[in-house]
Order: sequence, then C-alpha cells, then structure tokens
Amino acid sequence: MEKQLAPPPGALAGLRICDFCGQLAGAGATKWLAAFGAEVIRIEDPVREGRWDILRGIGPYVDERRGLEFGGGYNNHNTGKLGVTINVRTERGKEMLTELIRQSDCVTENFAAGVLERWGFGYEQLKAIKPDIIYVSNCGFGHVGPYSSFKTWGPIVQAVSGLTFSSGLPDQPPAGWGYSYMDHTGGYYMVMAVMLALLHRQRTGEGQWVDLACTEAALTLHGPTLLDWTVNGRPSRREGQPHANRNTSPPMAPHGIYACAGDDAWVAIACRGDADWARLSSAIGDSWTDQPAYASLEGRLANQDALDGAISEWTASRDKFEVQRRLRRASVPCSAVQIPGERVDHDPDTEGLWPTVTHTAMGEVRVDGLPVRMSRTPWRIETGAPCLGEHNEAVFGRLLDLSVAEVAQLRAEGVV
Amino acid sequence: MTALTGICVIELASERIAFAGKLLADMGADVILVEPPGGDPARGYPPFLDDQPGPDRSLWWWHYHTSKRGVVIDLESAEGRAQLQALVAKADILLESEPDGRLAALALDYEDLRQIHEDLIFVSVTPFGRASPNAAAPVTDLTILAGAGSAWSCGYDDHALPPVRGGGNQGFHTGCHFAVMSALTALFYRLTSGEGQFIDVSLHAASNVTTEAASYSWLVARQTVQRQTGRHAAAVATQGTQMLCQDGRWVNTGVPPRSPAEFGFILGWLRELGLEDQFPDAIFLEIGAAMPKPITYDLIGVDAEATAIFIAGREALALIAANVAAYDFFVGFQRRGVAVGVIYSPEEAFEDEHFRARGFQTEVTHADLGRTFRYPGAPYQLPASPWRISRPAPKLGEHDAELLQ
Repeated sequence: MEKQLAPPPGALAGLRICDFCGQLAGAGATKWLAAFGAEVIRIEDPVREGRWDILRGIGPYVDERRGLEFGGGYNNHNTGKLGVTINVRTERGKEMLTELIRQSDCVTENFAAGVLERWGFGYEQLKAIKPDIIYVSNCGFGHVGPYSSFKTWGPIVQAVSGLTFSSGLPDQPPAGWGYSYMDHTGGYYMVMAVMLALLHRQRTGEGQWVDLACTEAALTLHGPTLLDWTVNGRPSRREGQPHANRNTSPPMAPHGIYACAGDDAWVAIACRGDADWARLSSAIGDSWTDQPAYASLEGRLANQDALDGAISEWTASRDKFEVQRRLRRASVPCSAVQIPGERVDHDPDTEGLWPTVTHTAMGEVRVDGLPVRMSRTPWRIETGAPCLGEHNEAVFGRLLDLSVAEVAQLRAEGVV
Repeated sequence: MTALTGICVIELASERIAFAGKLLADMGADVILVEPPGGDPARGYPPFLDDQPGPDRSLWWWHYHTSKRGVVIDLESAEGRAQLQALVAKADILLESEPDGRLAALALDYEDLRQIHEDLIFVSVTPFGRASPNAAAPVTDLTILAGAGSAWSCGYDDHALPPVRGGGNQGFHTGCHFAVMSALTALFYRLTSGEGQFIDVSLHAASNVTTEAASYSWLVARQTVQRQTGRHAAAVATQGTQMLCQDGRWVNTGVPPRSPAEFGFILGWLRELGLEDQFPDAIFLEIGAAMPKPITYDLIGVDAEATAIFIAGREALALIAANVAAYDFFVGFQRRGVAVGVIYSPEEAFEDEHFRARGFQTEVTHADLGRTFRYPGAPYQLPASPWRISRPAPKLGEHDAELLQ
C-alpha cells in the first residue's frame, strides 16, 4: 500500500541471535527472525558435523548429489542464517561461545530439556554472562513437569496434545496430521515468545527465560472443545466423533470433501447457512435440492449422510476446478483439494510465496516464503542455509577478533 | 508491567481473527472488540453453557475473546465511524478481516486511518490477501485447508476415503499466528523507528507454508507426497506407526526401534508381561540387543538379519500394545528414552498430570453467573511478563459506556 521511501529497513536489524535451533520446530522460528533482518548465528557441532539436525543430510535433493550440504528441508528452514561450528566440549570452545552470548540479544534452542545446562550454559550461566539475555527454550514437554525428560518429535507432540485424535473420520483410526503441524506451529509460538520477550526487554531492561512446551502450545488449539468438557462435562471421545470434515461450531451442512472426476481428485464445499444452500442449489440446478428435508439447517444436519451422498453424485463426474469455478462464481465457499504442484506452480494466490535462494553448495533452490506483506519492513529471503561452518572466518573474525590463520588453527585443534 | 502493557488493539469482530486478538489480550494488551449492532454471529456458535443458547453463553465466544473489552459500533452510520476513528486515534494496532472492499467503501481503510494516526499498525487478515483476484470468494476453515495443501496430506492409506481436514479451525489459527508474529515484529520496529505500517496476511498463504515436506518436496525435487494413515504424507510409502492398545486407545510408536538398548528393553518388557512364548521371533530381539551399534535404514530390506531384527521389533511393539493400556505403553517406553506417544483426546490431554503440574488449567470466574470454570492456559511461560486471562469474554456492549463518547 505504501511506496518504499528508502531501501527497506529490516524490522529486526541490529538484533543478534545466538541460535542452536534445528529440525523445524526451532529452525522455523529463527528463519522468521533472519527474514526480518536479525543476525542469526546458527551454531553447530563440528564433531558430529551438525547431524543432530537430522534434516541436514536427508532428501528431497535438488540433484544426484548427497551429503550433509544437500538436505532440501534443512535448506528450507535455515535461509538467511550464518553458520558457525563450535565444539563446546573444549575449554576454548566454551570461551568462544561465552563471548558470542555476551554480544547477543537472545539465545534460542530446541534440544531435549537440560542439554544446554549440561554444557554449562543453563539460564543462570547465561544471565551471568549477559544480565539481560533472553533465553527461549522449545521442547516437547517443556523443562518443568513429570514428562520433562520425555522425548518427542512432531507426531508425538500431536498425539499427546489431542491434535491427532481430532483429525479423523468415524469408525476409522486417527488420521492425524500428514506432516508436523506442531513443528511449524511450535516455531510460530517460539517467534511470538522471542518477540514478546524482546518487547518486554525494550520497555523494562529485563531479560527472561521462556519455557516453551510444544505440547502445551498445541493444547491451546482446542478451545471450544475443552470448554465443552470443563463447563458441560461433554467429552470429545464419544460415539460418532471425531468427524473432522464436518463442522459443529458453527454447525454447517453440507460441509465436506467430495470425490470428483479423475484419480484421487476432491473438492471441499461448505454452506454457512440457508443463503449459501440456496446459491448451491441454483448452481447444481437439479430438483433433488428442492426436497423439504433440506430446506432448513436442522433438516440438512438431520439428513447429512444422504445430503453428502447426493452432492458426491453431483461432483463425481465433474473436474474439481470446474466445481470450484462454478461455486465460487455463485459465492458458495468451495475449494479444490490442491496437490502440491497445483498450489505451488499454478495458483495466482501463491505468487511471490516461493522465493529462490542461493545456496553455496546446492545452487539456486526455491523455498517456503512468508505469508505476510509488511509495507514498511518486507521480509527478505535470499540466501540459502549455511554450509557447516561456512561463516566461521567471517563471524569469528568480526565478533571474536580472530584472524583467518587463528580460525584455521582452531579448526586443526578440533575446536571449530 | 507485561510485554504488552499499554498497547491498545482494536479488533473488528470476525471468527477469522478472534484468536489473534486473544493471543495479544492474554499477554496484557488492551484489546477492544468492536461488534456490529445485534452482535457478532459467533455469539451464536455452539457449544453453549448448559446447552442453552444465548448471546453470552457461547463457549466458542468465551474461549476466543478472553481478556478483551467489547463495544457495539454501527460502522454503517456516520456516528459509528466517528466512534471507531476516536478509538483508532488512541490505539496502536488495528486488526481486521472485513469483507473485500468494505473498509475502503466506509473510508476506514489503512490509507484513511493513517491520516488520523500516522504510526498505526494495521493488520489485515483476509482469505487470499488484499490483492487477490479471489478476494471476494467466501471461505471457511475447511475450504482454506483444502486449497492450501493441508487436506491433501491428511487422511488414510485407503485413498477411497476422502482427505481429512484436521479439527479445531487450524486454518484460521495459522493465519492468526502469522498475524500476531507480524504485529509483534512491527511493534518492535515501531519502538526503534516510530513508524507504523500496513500488514497484509493471507490465510491461504499461511497454510500453504505450513505443510512441511509437501511444499518443499515439490519445490526442490518435483515430488508429490501421498497421504498415509496417522503419519507423514510421503513420496515413497512408509510403514504404519499407530498401534491399537488393550484399552481400545491408540498410540503412535514413533520412529521404529533400531538401537541395541531399544531391542533389549522391548525384550525385557515382553518377558515381564509373560509374552515371550507367544513371540517366536524373540530370538531376533536378543540378537538386536547384542548388536554393537544401531541398525541403519539402508540395511533394512537389504541385509537379511538386520531386516529380521527390525521386523521383530515392530511386531513386538504391536504385541506389547495389545496387552497394555495406551497410557502405560506411552509412559513405559518414554521412561526408557523411547519417543512414543499416547493418542489422547483433547480433554484427556487437558486432565493429564503433566499439564496440571505445569499449571496449564486456568480458573476464570464469571461473576455474573457466580461460577468459576477451568479454561485452557498459557501457550508459553514468560515469567517476567506472565500470560493471564484478565477477564471473561465481553458481553454484548459491555464496555460501551466506558469506551464510547
């Protein structure tokens, strides 16, 4: 909306993040901070070649090359960051990390609870190094509580927090989420936690340790269902539930995903009320829609199985995008179930969402962008994930005053 | 003093952004919810207190509007527009998800409001973004998740069953997460620069970049993932991970056992349950427990012994699951360092001892009803600026007198 007055400033320019985050739940968070101009220094272990982050070496791959610089997911989640290696088992490595922390605003990590503390960098030590440091830890069950030692990854978080259960069809096992929804979303809460703590520090001068548990963040995503339990005593584990493609709050009918012509082709249709139903009926243009049983929401809800069957018959011979065009023209909520290639390459509403970055080893690769347009401080995603220790010379030179020869010496000694 | 003390947010009521307002309000922002005369339609969303409908009895409303104050303003009237402008003049953030073109027609869009408040942060959350050719197309949470890739990845091995839209309005939630992340980022920038800005959040784009490998497998390698029961959609089919336990509940068994310690523990638990005799392949567990190092994935299906050990581990897990309750399976394995999970319903998770011990359950008193209810609690714990539900959701027009001139 606003014309750029000057080269776009980074909203977070000037901030430095001492970052141990990996996988997606952590790395996704610091990707946001880097895209808005924070200097994110990702620290990896030279001994294990950064393989704590399992995405480093695994596919998808851009070509036939394999190895720890070619993981497509790793590149996707670590754009715009600087990469250094420090062996924190060594005294010299501990000294270097201490100095980096002293010059940082925030320390971020998503290790299992207690790892950083065992290295001698728990919150008390961080605070001793820099009194107003912000420390955000992100793990499955958090650092406090009976399960704090339990290990998780996305699907386990989703299982224990109710998200897997609530995604399914009647008389079937849980369908769950076909991806780590809570790794993405845990990362979003981590961004909020970092930003809230930064705002608090800007206003009070005070740092803090934020204990983020992905399972707990996930549990906030079932609000009305939980209140139905605590207020009315109604459990969601009951006959006929979950029925995730339907909607009870608010109730809608029809509301579902219907098979279309073609292999595994589907379309979602929802009627928010009688007006949507009247428009859908006109668009279908068949006399079955005039049945009195379907005239009211109550009637459509009471006869939803039959209604879904009739709509499926109508969609079955039609192309999913043709149904989408026709119903959108009629102002009925409708969307084809898009496959990745359709929504990435042929959808006008994702234009600009997939920036191309340059990765030192992989070359040019497209990645996930950010779904927000900020008029004054746009995000920038231009460089790919760092190779292992790619910025050792640059970062240690600038911040720790080490010469290229000194860094080479440290490398030979196994410190970096 | 909390992180957002003194930050005032005007929220134009819409089911699509209610959660964004709640996230800010529970962190201490003064969020003023603006409803049209007669109230926002979401006041009519079930479930209701004691199953009795009423404008102040929707539990949907109770959840999404905690810690906010509420006013009724008729934006169709000149007086109402003046009331909104007066609120905006003192606010820091405006949060809206109005139908395409409505605010511009009312002269209440960003370009209008920045005339009365130059450093306003204006957060627009719309189905496809402000500039979309589909900006006028109606959407629901279902159609967003269908178009944005989530549904394609969720469902069952049997593709005769439809893709599944995960429960709980997560398409709206994801848009709200990005609205809050960008609002907080813009607030931080305003602290240092004094400048506000316009933020255009697309629900469709937000869920598009929340599909993990589905998007980047296509971006990087032009591979199309396929949905599978209870586990990641993948370009190459993987083994099932959900198992049914003795009590009829399911568990997610996580990454299959591969290390000697895991095989040793599984064998020990089989023996403890008296099941070793029912499991002729126990010998492979013994071999697995004595291995010098874990099985690597590349050996499975290639090396006969490694494959037999791996399959025996999976089958032993299923046998243990069939003989213990899901909760015992979860805790039994986790106590020994194996990452598995019980598949809880939301209310079972809410009542679990871990979340109770962390203080997740939050009591909220409804003074008018003379009752106190347990609400879901904090998504994160910031000790210096604590999350808090400062008041129950506003009744219709509850704060008109104190906020409107």
